[in-house]
Amino acid sequence: MTVRGVKNDAEVELEHSAASSLARLRPFVGLAVPLLAVAAALAVGAIMLLALGTSPIEGYRAMITGSLGGADKLADTAIKAMPLMLVGVGICIAFRAGVINIGGEGQIIAGAILSTSTALLVPDLPSAILIPMVLIAGAIGGGIWGAIPGGLKAYLGVNEILSTIMMNIIAAHFLSFLLQDLLIAEGDVKIQQTERLSENADLPLLPGGTRLHLGFIIALLVAVAAYILLFRSTLGVRLRAVGHNPHASRYAGMPVQRSIVEALAFSGACAGIAGAVLVFGSQSHRLIGEGGAAGFTQSAGFNGIVTALFGGLHPLATVPASFLFGAMLNGGIAMQRAVQVPSAMIIALNGVVVIFVVGSLRLRERLQRWFDDRVGIETSKERA
Amino acid sequence: MGDFFTVSALVVTFASGIRLATPFLLASLGETLGQRSGVLNLGVEGVMLLGAFGAYYTVLKAGSQPLALLVAIAIGIVMGLLYAVVTLVMQAEQGISGIGVFLFGLGFTDLAFQKWVGTPIPIARLEPWPIPGLSDIPVIGEVLFQHNPLVYGAFLLVPIMTYLISRTTFGLNVRAVGETPEAADTLGVSVNGTRLVTIIVANVLASLAGAVVALEVGNFQQNLTAGRGFIAIALVYFGAWRPFGAMVGSLLFGFVLALVNQWGALGIISGSASSLAAMAPAVLTIVVLVFISNRVGQPAALTRPFDRSN
Amino acid sequence: MKSSGKVIGKLLALTAAMIMVLAACGGGDSGDSGGDEAGPFRVAIVAPSADNDVAFTQSIFDSVNRVGESRDIEIASSTGLFVVEDAASALRGYAEEDYDLVIAHGSQYGAPVEEIAKEFPEVAFAWGTEVNTFGLANVSAYTVRSDEGGYAMGAMAAALSEAQNIGVVGPIEVGDAKLYVDGFKAGAEAQSPGIAVNVNYIESFSDVALAQEAATAFVANGADILTGTAQMVVGATGVAQSEGVAWFGTQSNQSSLGADIVVASQVYHWEVVLEDIIAGIDEGDLGGESHLLTLENGGLEIEFNDAYPLDGAIKQIGEDMVAGLKDGSIKTGQ
Repeated sequence: MTVRGVKNDAEVELEHSAASSLARLRPFVGLAVPLLAVAAALAVGAIMLLALGTSPIEGYRAMITGSLGGADKLADTAIKAMPLMLVGVGICIAFRAGVINIGGEGQIIAGAILSTSTALLVPDLPSAILIPMVLIAGAIGGGIWGAIPGGLKAYLGVNEILSTIMMNIIAAHFLSFLLQDLLIAEGDVKIQQTERLSENADLPLLPGGTRLHLGFIIALLVAVAAYILLFRSTLGVRLRAVGHNPHASRYAGMPVQRSIVEALAFSGACAGIAGAVLVFGSQSHRLIGEGGAAGFTQSAGFNGIVTALFGGLHPLATVPASFLFGAMLNGGIAMQRAVQVPSAMIIALNGVVVIFVVGSLRLRERLQRWFDDRVGIETSKERA
Repeated sequence: MGDFFTVSALVVTFASGIRLATPFLLASLGETLGQRSGVLNLGVEGVMLLGAFGAYYTVLKAGSQPLALLVAIAIGIVMGLLYAVVTLVMQAEQGISGIGVFLFGLGFTDLAFQKWVGTPIPIARLEPWPIPGLSDIPVIGEVLFQHNPLVYGAFLLVPIMTYLISRTTFGLNVRAVGETPEAADTLGVSVNGTRLVTIIVANVLASLAGAVVALEVGNFQQNLTAGRGFIAIALVYFGAWRPFGAMVGSLLFGFVLALVNQWGALGIISGSASSLAAMAPAVLTIVVLVFISNRVGQPAALTRPFDRSN
Repeated sequence: MKSSGKVIGKLLALTAAMIMVLAACGGGDSGDSGGDEAGPFRVAIVAPSADNDVAFTQSIFDSVNRVGESRDIEIASSTGLFVVEDAASALRGYAEEDYDLVIAHGSQYGAPVEEIAKEFPEVAFAWGTEVNTFGLANVSAYTVRSDEGGYAMGAMAAALSEAQNIGVVGPIEVGDAKLYVDGFKAGAEAQSPGIAVNVNYIESFSDVALAQEAATAFVANGADILTGTAQMVVGATGVAQSEGVAWFGTQSNQSSLGADIVVASQVYHWEVVLEDIIAGIDEGDLGGESHLLTLENGGLEIEFNDAYPLDGAIKQIGEDMVAGLKDGSIKTGQ
């Protein structure tokens, strides 16, 4: 900076234009780094595909057309993205409040159980009443399942990572119990599923002739609501303050304990809505537990965490992030089918993508800081 | 119920509990050390699966159990180095990259198994090594001293790890790096060097935990470890970041699992009640933690990458 | 946490860019290989576990391959799809690709089959294990009386057991597993009233280590015969092998899991059903019927392990039971 005065006008002009072109380049760094990371991960995947004796080009083409090629495929991708979005949005609330919620799986299950029970109890209510009811029941179920570890942490000092993992196990076995006993459908062959739930509770399809249903709108609304809650409400300010510095918040007179319970309850409620959407938006229109709970949660409780962190723990950024992962999951099935590789390949590839993308985020931050430093020269000059 | 309170049934239950606790213990000991240095690894389950497959495949092809353990250790070192690159060099978010490791391990082992093995071919299981003298003690001998060497090894690691963390310079460095990395750095402790070591040890132990499962079962199948890695992580929190605590947690979880299993075998619980009973280990783990109500804080720098330029 | 607006903008842009990039290179034709006049008969299989699980999923693959011995077939498959909605996408994908027969091998796949079969009335679907064809002309249902083989093997097990104590390792008490276990128990009790047949449902289809502990507990409690069903039984067969305890298998031939201890396996020959279904498709009949594997129609078979030195008298008991079940003089009570 000290040499600034020595430069002649031409030099300053040159540096100025260089800096402003740098400034124009900056957003592309934000894009290029994660894109390169995805490309690198896909390159690793290509090697795996080659090792399996199949064509990576054909495989990836199927992945892309299978997830993005046409309205039907895009709709399927959106359907895959819904639970990720809902869980991810909930994760944003919890993590921002400093609570690590690993209990998405259990909260999805709890939401699904309560909403399914509601539809079984009052199947004849008209759709306009029953659909909101099952969604609210889902939110309550998930909310309770989140509030329990919240309360345990806030008032009894039980670490939430421990309790949410345990609550997942408890919920999965409870679901298995219900689907062997109270909720199982009548029939000769005992299958771990409920009867087909009331048609009045089916989430209606959106216009457009695809399988996209109301759950999509609900997921978007929940994302917006979570954004308002976190960033446009006093409750959100408090939750974030507690997450940022619980000790300072306590001295400032904020109810830290209550905030922890609230954060986990809201987080669980979002996952619980995902549970209801997974049941009432499914093609089966029933709660299925055969072969373990993951058969119906689609592991969204875990993938939702990845989605939220990928979206920088911002509810609205979680929306596109969920699409990205939805596309990968949906395209993966198409790829598996097209080149006939074991579906395990898709899971492994998913892992590689996650590692590479997360690894690149910090690199992106550094590159951006480097750009900001350069652009900073320019702005300070202008001020001078 | 009367069947259960016989000496032989109780011996079976406790011995089975110790066996079931072993993979939890190995993995949670490693994760305890890692977290004490400020590194969270949610990828334990993935590394366990890789270690399990590596050990299984080695015995299948080479027929040697010691070699299988060496292979598992090597896999742990490789995964540790990879995770170190991701967390220390790239400074990636630790929770999420660990989930990536889990997915990779889950998919890759299944893929490798389908391509290289095909069908679950049985291998020789680990034979118990009764400890001469001690194993002859009635009841106690049968419960404690008639296990395979890996079980003894895992429990021997508890005092070793405790000593390592609380009595050695290395342990002091680990704790310093996990609590106040900046201060440790000023004092000349290599933050990332220390973490590199703990990451490798944690991954090696996770890999060995998987190997224990595979060698105990004497076979392999997709998702062989069935979520044990995630429970091991929870048990680190249960144990309040102490090796002894991790052992108590592992034993508690293992015993309750064994108890439920034994009751199932004796017909004491049956039908849909078995799924309610299957919740017991998880419920009890939470309940016990409520009562012992430890309020020990986690390592202050957990999940926080260290960057001198910050 | 960084400023949020930037992150959103970037992610939106990132997603948009990715879609464009991907769509640009993905515009190609998917290369439909239709026109299958003289080509092989094309079968697609969608199943919940791996095709080499020595259990449920392997049974359908082995059967389709046996069909392939007598005619030219091409097999495509998606396995490991325990997520029902993923299975639905795979089923729909195969239907779009005009496979001659799409097999949904899992009773939990029923609802998507019903939905998708309506959308593709010209594609033949088969699903099991169930009896419901949803009144659709292009859906065949198939299921198996796994209790029959269970009954015969239970009787042999009871005759073989010196301790009169048998352990059964089950997954979750539903479906095909429950049917087999109940049949086995009934057979053992019919042969030897008062015998102890303990069943432990370990609440998992996949926890091999828990299956192993369940088997260990049975042996420690005095069982000298074990059986079990679903893919996690490899944990139990390992115990049987090292403890020298006899094992009865089901779903697929499990002799490979322990040459010295597997007495016999109940094997599902789905080809009996598949050949019917395929013959129908050849004549333009896409389904609408429900098929059942029984001992009588040859869909179920008890395959003995030649390496196991089974007493001839006990084998005779099994064969008598099979004969009785075939002619209806013996009922399993299920």
